[in-house]
Amino acid sequence: MYQFSGKLKIFSIALIIIGAIGITLSFLNAPSSIEEAKEIIALQASHGDEHGGSHDKVSSEVHHNDVVEEHSNAHGTANEHHDDASHDEHVFHQLQNKPWSAFYVSLIFFLGISVVVLAFYAAQRVAQAGWSIVLFRVMEAITANLVPTAIIMIVIVITAVLHYNHMFPWMAEGVFDKTSPNYDAIVDGKSWWMNVPGWAIRSVIYLLLWNAYRWFIRKNSIKEDTANDNYKTYKLNYNVSVGFIFVFMITETLMAWDWIMGLDPHWFSTLFAWYVLATFLVCALTVIALVTIYLRSKGALPAVNDSHIHDLAKFMFGFSVFWTYLWFAQFMLIWYADIPEETTYFVARFNEYKLPFLAMVGMNFVFPVLLLLNSDFKSMPWFVIIGGVVILAGHYIDVFVMIMPATVGAQWSFGIAEFSSLLFFLGIFIFATFSAFAKANAIPSGNPFLEESEHYHYYNIEHRGEGSGDHH
Amino acid sequence: MESSKVIHAFYNDDEVVLDAVKAVKADGHHVEEVFCPFPVHGLDKAMGLAPTRLAITAFFYGITGLSFAIWMTNYMMIQDWPQDIGGKPNFSWFTNMPAFVPIMFELTVFFAAHLMVITFYMRSRIWPFKEAENPDPRTTDDLFLMEIPVENNEADITALLAKTGAVEINVVDKH
Repeated sequence: MYQFSGKLKIFSIALIIIGAIGITLSFLNAPSSIEEAKEIIALQASHGDEHGGSHDKVSSEVHHNDVVEEHSNAHGTANEHHDDASHDEHVFHQLQNKPWSAFYVSLIFFLGISVVVLAFYAAQRVAQAGWSIVLFRVMEAITANLVPTAIIMIVIVITAVLHYNHMFPWMAEGVFDKTSPNYDAIVDGKSWWMNVPGWAIRSVIYLLLWNAYRWFIRKNSIKEDTANDNYKTYKLNYNVSVGFIFVFMITETLMAWDWIMGLDPHWFSTLFAWYVLATFLVCALTVIALVTIYLRSKGALPAVNDSHIHDLAKFMFGFSVFWTYLWFAQFMLIWYADIPEETTYFVARFNEYKLPFLAMVGMNFVFPVLLLLNSDFKSMPWFVIIGGVVILAGHYIDVFVMIMPATVGAQWSFGIAEFSSLLFFLGIFIFATFSAFAKANAIPSGNPFLEESEHYHYYNIEHRGEGSGDHH
Repeated sequence: MESSKVIHAFYNDDEVVLDAVKAVKADGHHVEEVFCPFPVHGLDKAMGLAPTRLAITAFFYGITGLSFAIWMTNYMMIQDWPQDIGGKPNFSWFTNMPAFVPIMFELTVFFAAHLMVITFYMRSRIWPFKEAENPDPRTTDDLFLMEIPVENNEADITALLAKTGAVEINVVDKH
């Protein structure tokens, strides 16, 4: 049985503590008044920072959605000047959003990965896959991260409801109030869906449903090991997994609308939930592969051979292409028709996030495709690790570009706030995953497909220490 | 060739023929050819055949197709007659690139797939009206045939093959 080493435990706790300190600092450094916000901007401008400089150029084109009309009038006359009052307030809100958004990006990134690993695991059960059984305990361990991330998500939901943060513009004061200067008729038209109680209740329901399945399947998967009940437990797990996939596809769609698309309440895209799913699917497979390679190198997964790694890498490759397909389909349809209400989404991203927006295509598509195209490379752990790290970084940027333009606009940067959030959640991930893995038998010995999985062999791979005679 | 005799050993099971190939190779004989009615996993490894390079050719054909698509869209839409069609930007190839991606993708796949198939036909010497080469028509239905060239060791090989479970062993003149 695997032992969660003290070194790794201390490392993960150190990450959590360093991350928490950085997050606290970033909240303390956020401006608490418009004057402070002006100071920060003035400081940036005097440093010749490109964001301070580029802001003039884009401020008249791209706006925080909830106040477009008032602002465009104000900017028509005074957009060269930083002393425009409504503009200052706008920047102040963006700067206030920064630590929240930095935290939120990492939270969504890790939460999404955990839940999609769970969905992939359910799919493996439902498909009665013969290759992946020896990886079941790895996948279950990764989904343990769903519990802490879901709890933190509920905290974020509560803070949003209580107006501690302003990431969701439709939650602002007076947006649904016809007499208010903040009234927004378009968002008001969506208020049957976009309202605070509905949003909060739905958010909690998604998290509860996911966690309920995780709790159930983890318990019953361990029960499978010793059940010896003519596969009754196995069949029950199968049936519940079928149900979960159905529930997951619906909640994932709604989750993408509520938690990510809701940040841009004026914008909508039919493809969006699929696109978000594709993002997390690539990451999920990559994380499974990286954790598997690590645990195998520690000798904790004796039944995993190069063919399993090859299959995981093949999934990483395939879903990278799938992600690119959806990303491009969404982009190209909007670019081609160029309808103003849809195009603003990409205008904001292309003008203010050019480097991450373009870099992510290289990191999420070109690099993994060229690296993992070769069948031999896919079975070599080092290539999979290199490809995996680039894919994960690329998809962090992907989530960053989904969220940041809506909440902080041109005021984005990658600094202490963003980095420490990433470390914080990475620490939680390592702690949750490896302590969960240490709690159960590494081989799901009651699964009827275990034997097949242990002998899984992809035809063109020569395993270390194995001959072709072992595969009859 | 001076040695024009070959031994044809027939088998009626893929597992048996696979083990027979290994036994013959282990004994130091050369296996000229194995005729099977369907693919037998591991047979190429047992025979010691070099891995195929067909996938590598497909990669380069794909790059060719991609280059062709880029050249074609650039020449037609940007260089030759840069018309304003529905407000699409045609100042440079990059400004209009998204519109060309479907073509680039399809031509990449088209070149990779078709040229690889043609390469396969040429390398395997398959074409219409090609004379069939199987030495015994039963190898397309239910028998496996191993062909071993004979060089004054006919008795040795025959004895070895009999032990490997061959159902029929014939010594024939080749052409």
